Amino acid sequence: MAKDSLFQGKLVSEQEAEHITRVEELSYELKVEEVMASNPFTVTPETTMSEVLELFRQKRISGAPVLSGEELVGIISMEDLIKCLQNSDLQSTVRTYMSTRLLTIRNTDPSIEALKLFVNSHFGRLPVVNEDGKLVGILTKGDITSGILKALQHDYQEEEVRRYRASHLFEDIESDRSSLILRYTIKQGDFTRGGAASSAIKRALIRLGANPQIARRTGIAVYEAEMNLIIHTTNGGIIRVEIEPKQISITVSDDGPGIEDVSLAMRPGFSTASDSVRELGFGAGMGLVNIQRCVDSMRLESVYGRGTNLRLKIFLQEQEIVGEGK
Amino acid sequence: MNLQQVIAELDLKPFTANQDYAGIEPSCGYASDLLSCVMAGAAKKSLWVTLQAHGNIIAVATLLELSAIIITEGAIPDPSTIEKANQEGVILLGTTRPSFYVTGKLWELGLRCQPD
Repeated sequence: MAKDSLFQGKLVSEQEAEHITRVEELSYELKVEEVMASNPFTVTPETTMSEVLELFRQKRISGAPVLSGEELVGIISMEDLIKCLQNSDLQSTVRTYMSTRLLTIRNTDPSIEALKLFVNSHFGRLPVVNEDGKLVGILTKGDITSGILKALQHDYQEEEVRRYRASHLFEDIESDRSSLILRYTIKQGDFTRGGAASSAIKRALIRLGANPQIARRTGIAVYEAEMNLIIHTTNGGIIRVEIEPKQISITVSDDGPGIEDVSLAMRPGFSTASDSVRELGFGAGMGLVNIQRCVDSMRLESVYGRGTNLRLKIFLQEQEIVGEGK
Repeated sequence: MNLQQVIAELDLKPFTANQDYAGIEPSCGYASDLLSCVMAGAAKKSLWVTLQAHGNIIAVATLLELSAIIITEGAIPDPSTIEKANQEGVILLGTTRPSFYVTGKLWELGLRCQPD
C-alpha cells in the first residue's frame, strides 16, 4: 500500500520512502490514545453558548465534543462560538451552532491516520472513540506534535541511560581482573558487511565511555583487519576484542592462506589484491601500515599455507579509562 | 563555510535524506579512491571526494565521522548503499564533474587545511 505523505497528502515514491525519518516512523508507531487528551470537557446540545464561552475561557480550550447521554452527537469549536458572537446570539444552545458532520478516529489507530484526516478535512480536532463508539478523548494536531516530541526525548534518554550504564560496567564488578570480550565472525568475500564489525566495536567503546580518539583509532585498526579477512583469507576469520579498563587487546585470526613474506607485507604500498578488488578502492597496500599507526603494539605472525594471527594492543591513559565511569 | 554553501556552489545532488546542511561545517577535505589512504589521511569532519560509490564508503565515513562524501563523475550509489548511509546518518552528495574539478573548486571556496 502506498503511504500518504504527512504534509501534502501526495504519494511517496520508492526513492522518497527510503528517506523516512524517525519522526515519520513515530507517527506510525504512536497510537492515537498515547497522544490524545483523555477525559475531555464535554457539553450537551442543551448547553447555552454563553456557558460554552465560559468553559473555553476558563479551561483554555478551543473545542469540545457534544454528548447526548453517552452518544457523541457533534462538536463545538471556537469558530462556531465566533459565529454565534457575530450574531449576538449567546443565549441560544449548542444544538444551533455545533457541527454534526462528524469525523472520528479510533483510539487504537496510529497517529499517522489522524494526521491524514487533519490534512484532508481541515478540521482542527477529532473526537477519539473506542471500539464501542464511546468517546474516550479528543485529539488536535498539537497533541500529535507534543506526543512525537516526548517520544523523541524518550529515545534520547534511553540512549543516555544505556551509555551511562555501560560506562560504569566495571565499577560494580569485583574481580582481580575484569574484562569484556567481543567476538565477530567475518566471512570471506562478504563486502556488503564490510566495516560492520569495526563500526560495532567503535560504538561499544563509545558507550563504555572511551575517549573518541581511542574509539577512532580502534575503529580504523579493526576496519583494516576486517577488510583483510574479507579480501585475503580462504575461509574468513575471527576478530576478538578484549576490553579492560586500561587496555584494549585485539586478536584477528584466520586459517589461511597465510602471508608469504611478512616484512614485505608490512611495506607501505605492497599489495597482493586482485584487480577486481582494487577497482573497489581496496588493495592500496596501506592496511597493515594503518593498523600499526593506530595501535601501541602489534604482533603479526603468519605461516604460509596455515594462517595468520594478528595481535594488537591499545593502552589507555589514566584519563581515558573505560567502563569505570571516569 | 558550511555544507549548505558547498552544495549550492558546486550544484551537488544529495542521494541521502536531507539534513541540516547549514549546521555542518566541514573541517577539511580529502580526495582519494583508495579506502586505506582515506583511513590514514582524512581528518574528522572532512569532506571526502571520490568516485567510489559502493557500500564500503559508508563504513569508512562512519568510522572517520566525515562531514559528507562527494561522489564524482556521475557515479550513482545503489539503493542498499543509500539505505545504509541513511541508517548511519552519512551524507552522500553527487556530481557529474570529475574529482579534480570538485577538489579545485573546494580549495577556491576556501576549504583549505594542512594535514596534521
